[in-house]
Amino acid sequence: MTDHTVNGAPFIETRHLSYSYEDADGNRHPALRDVSLTIPKGQFLAVLGHNGSGKSTLAKLLNMILLPDDGEIYVDGELVSSSSEPDDATVFSVRRRIGMVHQNPDNQIVASVVEEDVAFGPENLGIPSAQIRERVDAALAAVGMTEYALGSTSHLSGGQKQRVAIAGIIAMTPECIIFDESTSMLDPSGRRDVMDTIKYLNRERGITIIHITHDMSEAAMADRVVVLSDGEVFLDGEPSVIFSKPDELRSVALDVPQSTSLLHELGGRIAGFRVPDRTMDAKSCASYIKSELERLGLAKRD
Amino acid sequence: MKDITLGQYFPGNSVLHKMDPRAKLISAIIYIAVVFTSSSAGALAFLAVATVAIMLISGIPISVYLRGLRPILFILALTAALNLFMTRGETVAFEFWIVKIYVEGINNAILMAVRITTLVLGSCVFLSYTTSPIALTDGLESLLGPLSKLHVPVHDFSMMMTIALRFIPLLIEETDKIMSAQKARGSDFSSGGPVKRVRALLPILIPLFVSSFKRAEELAVAMECRCYRGDVERTHMKVLRYGALDFVVMASLLVLLSAVIAINIFVPIYAF
Repeated sequence: MTDHTVNGAPFIETRHLSYSYEDADGNRHPALRDVSLTIPKGQFLAVLGHNGSGKSTLAKLLNMILLPDDGEIYVDGELVSSSSEPDDATVFSVRRRIGMVHQNPDNQIVASVVEEDVAFGPENLGIPSAQIRERVDAALAAVGMTEYALGSTSHLSGGQKQRVAIAGIIAMTPECIIFDESTSMLDPSGRRDVMDTIKYLNRERGITIIHITHDMSEAAMADRVVVLSDGEVFLDGEPSVIFSKPDELRSVALDVPQSTSLLHELGGRIAGFRVPDRTMDAKSCASYIKSELERLGLAKRD
Repeated sequence: MKDITLGQYFPGNSVLHKMDPRAKLISAIIYIAVVFTSSSAGALAFLAVATVAIMLISGIPISVYLRGLRPILFILALTAALNLFMTRGETVAFEFWIVKIYVEGINNAILMAVRITTLVLGSCVFLSYTTSPIALTDGLESLLGPLSKLHVPVHDFSMMMTIALRFIPLLIEETDKIMSAQKARGSDFSSGGPVKRVRALLPILIPLFVSSFKRAEELAVAMECRCYRGDVERTHMKVLRYGALDFVVMASLLVLLSAVIAINIFVPIYAF
């Protein structure tokens, strides 16, 4: 795995970010407390947390759908969001640079025809027609949906809809894409397709990814995992480091599959042990460990 | 079920399918003018022939057109009957018991029947059978574009149409789901008097409304995230362009209009 954290310059920086929701009685419920994160260019960051941990609030703040009560957000070293009302041009430029794919695939597709939906973003940016055509074709090719370009959006499966939504964001050529639980409503095969697309965008296109999820196996694919709990950063580090702390994760209602934590533990202790970026059941995990140990010459072959 | 977002659109490759949606809207308007100016026997015959020609050009099977006429058969029969029996004129065609039918009545009945039939067939060809609703929306937005200078929110209406077309199949699916869920809990939608049946619909409509509002809110956020600002400096991927074909069709319809007016004036035969 390439380590983006070493050479990437900071792209998004949050400083002491706080946000609270107001309920019907006027009481404030803190959703995010003093969150300071630096996300380098090209990083694949997974944000983990159980329901109500503030992970979706963080996504909305980064996309300027919400404004923080306190703290600031910097994009490329430039202050874009703070508690004071931003100007429209700043919001527009942040949303162009930081795209967002939402949870429900149905509620983010605007048009009835696939390619028209992908064109929606570039059309909003005021890009000339011929260039929109190129971008739409390229974006559909990047997510592997070219053959559906003229099809109806309502006939697609959940995973396909989500890939169309991703294409709609790619066509706006953002530098960073936030996935706000974008895989949570999909079946396993749709989930796999979307995760493959995310990995492709990160590794081949160098797009910074912020993947918000509560799925451990998806977080394991990232370069870095941030665990949120009660609106605060609870853990922050490489997946192998995070997954080697099952007790701490369990304390914030997140559970690591035993096989995953074992593999990550081994990865941390044995030099050269490759940690796979997917979860395994007990049987395949055992045979994987065996083959890795044999490869490293630490166990005898049968 | 046929894809509802396509409406009654029949994809095809005919001259009419290839026309610019704006040209089709204008053509439909000229065609409607032709229908209402045709008042003499010769003009009506000419109109009927022209309509059949247009139907043949569209390449859509005649059976589809006949099916399209079925819902208006009753109105057609009613207007024809009313004209036949209620028109008072000078020449009695025939008399039977208390019923007196005049020649003028027969003329009027034929006139109305032909007008209604050609009106429905003609507008179907131009507006619904050969044009997809999306293309029609785009065409309307572009044609009505100048109105936005008078602060008519043309773009917003067109965006609303687009979103409505997108969400209709979704809402149908959702209604199905809610109905199944309520049936599973013992709801009965198919028995009892009208009042009872309407009341039985409430447990379907309320969840449907709640989820629609939720969808609308999520969609609004998603659209904002994709830099939607209304009609501010917006471009379009597909640019509508009038081609030679569009002018040929519109010109032919204008010729048809002048021909019908000429026949009305110079060959004013009404009786048969």
